[in-house]
Amino acid sequence: MGLLLGGLYLLLHVAVVATLPPLLFGCIVKTKALFAGRVGAPLLQPYYDILKLLRKGSVFSRTTTWVFRAGPVVGLATTLLAALVVPLAGRNAPLSFAGDLILFAYLFGLARFFTICAALDTGSAFEGMGAAREATFSCLAEPALFFGLFALVRLSGSLSLSSMLGAGLAQEWAGAGAPLVLVVVSLFIVLLAENCRIPVDDPNTHLELTMIHEVMVLDHGGPAFGMILYAATVKLFLLGAVIVRILCPVDTGNPLLDGAAFVVGLFALAVAIGVVESVMARLRLVQVPSLLVAACLLSAFGLTLLAG
Amino acid sequence: MNGACFDRLAALHNGQAVSRDRVPELPFLDLRTAILEGVELGGRLAAFFGRKTASGGAVELVAVLALDAEGQLYVGRATPEGASFPALTPECTQAHLFEREIAEQFGLAPEGHPWLKPVRYPPAGEGRSMPSIGVADFYRVAGEEPHEVAVGPVHAGVIEPGHFRFQCHGENVFHLEIMLGYQHRGVERALVGGPTKRTLHYMETLAGDTSIGHALAHCMLVEAMSGTRVPARAHALRGVALELERLANHVGDLGALAADVGFLPTAAYCGRLRGDYLNATALLCGSRFGRGMVRPGGVGFDLDPARAETLVARLDAALRDTRTAVELLWNSPSVQARFEETGTVSREVALELGLVGPAARACGVERDVRQTFPSGIYQFTQLPVATADSGDVFARAQVRWLEIERSVEFIREQVQALPAGACRAQAGAPAAGRFGVSLVEGWRGEICHVATTDASGRFSDYKVVDPSFHNWTGLAMALRGQQISDFPLCNKSFNLSYCGHDL
Repeated sequence: MGLLLGGLYLLLHVAVVATLPPLLFGCIVKTKALFAGRVGAPLLQPYYDILKLLRKGSVFSRTTTWVFRAGPVVGLATTLLAALVVPLAGRNAPLSFAGDLILFAYLFGLARFFTICAALDTGSAFEGMGAAREATFSCLAEPALFFGLFALVRLSGSLSLSSMLGAGLAQEWAGAGAPLVLVVVSLFIVLLAENCRIPVDDPNTHLELTMIHEVMVLDHGGPAFGMILYAATVKLFLLGAVIVRILCPVDTGNPLLDGAAFVVGLFALAVAIGVVESVMARLRLVQVPSLLVAACLLSAFGLTLLAG
Repeated sequence: MNGACFDRLAALHNGQAVSRDRVPELPFLDLRTAILEGVELGGRLAAFFGRKTASGGAVELVAVLALDAEGQLYVGRATPEGASFPALTPECTQAHLFEREIAEQFGLAPEGHPWLKPVRYPPAGEGRSMPSIGVADFYRVAGEEPHEVAVGPVHAGVIEPGHFRFQCHGENVFHLEIMLGYQHRGVERALVGGPTKRTLHYMETLAGDTSIGHALAHCMLVEAMSGTRVPARAHALRGVALELERLANHVGDLGALAADVGFLPTAAYCGRLRGDYLNATALLCGSRFGRGMVRPGGVGFDLDPARAETLVARLDAALRDTRTAVELLWNSPSVQARFEETGTVSREVALELGLVGPAARACGVERDVRQTFPSGIYQFTQLPVATADSGDVFARAQVRWLEIERSVEFIREQVQALPAGACRAQAGAPAAGRFGVSLVEGWRGEICHVATTDASGRFSDYKVVDPSFHNWTGLAMALRGQQISDFPLCNKSFNLSYCGHDL
């Protein structure tokens, strides 16, 4: 019986991670459209886009090598692997061990490394510029993420994401509310930066000179670009899952209720991202590091509060 | 102000035509000195171009100096001997693009020009072959660390083609070089022998967003050359149309600036509001871009009281919404942080390059044809010149907003007190042997048309100077020492025309 339930849970985890993420994108876009007084694209539009791209043929520049083709594949594979260590709704993740948080962070690091290499492989001035920006900014986002995760390690006394974001989290809010708020704000900034959202990057712009992430994948098309797009939605989903879990650690004992609260939380987060994008302009590129350093300081301060 | 230089040139009003022999023919060096002295005394090179003289192969250069302080135009001409002439550019920066144009069109080399390269790649003509499109020298910064970024002529958005070459050090721009000419259609050559049925259409499509402006400049010329008196009602309606064009474009620009910094609300609302202003133009003449509105002798469409009332009501509603949308822009610190101190052009540079329109006014230069060279309705009404002094993106946005408010005010006044009478007079054909200059403050700045008619009253040459021609170099200067990621924002704050430049 326990084994069956475990298997069922594993299937559910995989199914949710595989299908839900694009809907978050749709939700962000819808929020922005409503703010702008428009009807906006259908909620399911990201699915249509990904499916459309997957059906297309591929064109690869002759100047590129296997590195260029490996970029999207490694990007998607690592992101999906990372999805296995992130617990959803407080349930243990399919894959959990002491130190899996390092794996979680560096799977994204590996994806980034290959995306950057693929961008440099094209030899395009635009893509080189984007790669440089991505490398610089992710250097600053990484410590913020780690300080945040370490704060959770300190609270839970465990080095595994599943325990860090597990059942005990709800009680911690009573004693460690302030550090947790700092960590959540910091992780939210990391989420915006890592997923090329405003105020760091503008996902809607067509202006190559201002882009960070998108300019690196300009030369990918068809299925390769579909993979990139899909991986991006999964990444947003995963970082979002961590934040939502910290923010509303609902543990009623009823898995259905917990799951429902978690999904509602995720969509609330998507709406929050949409609101941020609707009410503020993008930062000047030179000021992005200041924002990321601020995120580092917030989570580091949160960790310091817990150290005492 | 009366330098000796101005005595050697012929004085003209805006929209005045004189016998072409009245334009004094000087030895080239005298013309050169006159221009240099005139510019020194606050004059501005509104046009400087070459033309083939009727008698033979010699190329005659014609200069139009605009003296803002006096509201006077000064013209003169000269025929350089041989295949070259001493360039004005080293002493008068404003001449640099004009001289490149002369060299390209007539093979007449300006000796000492610092950076002689093609402007538009016209087809092969007498004594010169066609330059290869897009092939030219570019400034280069050598070394290990600087790198070069080339953008265009094919862009990611639905915009016109232009090539931008950045010399960068990391994210910093040392130098931007802009190369245009991809849209050269040969409009000026096609206008020779006119006016024909097509002429007005050429004018209205010269720069699609400035249909009224260019059509008005052209009609002013034809009317001056044919001695047509335009009824007062037509003058008022032309003013209304010109300001509506300004409104639609300025509002669209503010929205586009917001979109470039990723500020959604203003971008979305101004996008819609631009449509409202375009529809107001359609209410006037049936075309959102004002085609068919300005006609020689007057306007093509009258405004009856009922539509006048609708127009004012719609404009009031649109201005109310625009104010809300634009105030969001001013009240958002994140937007101001992007606009302020981005793409700064100093007043000195603006004066030296001879910038026009909102780009010049944003640098604190009081330069507005409606005020300094008033014609038509602007002779009877005062439109204060809107200026700002910081010369950055913020200043260019602010000047636009001030002009939006004033244009609505102007239209309201004009429409509610339209002079009675006809809205169009019978325009005759241009007289033979006339020379005329007309200036119009289009929404982008000073539009200058210069034409001469031959012995049968046909255009023997027709020169168009779009404001973009003066201002593109301003954009290049604005980028010096800026972040390359701020280029789209700076570009949008100038919003120059490619086809108006390329002709």
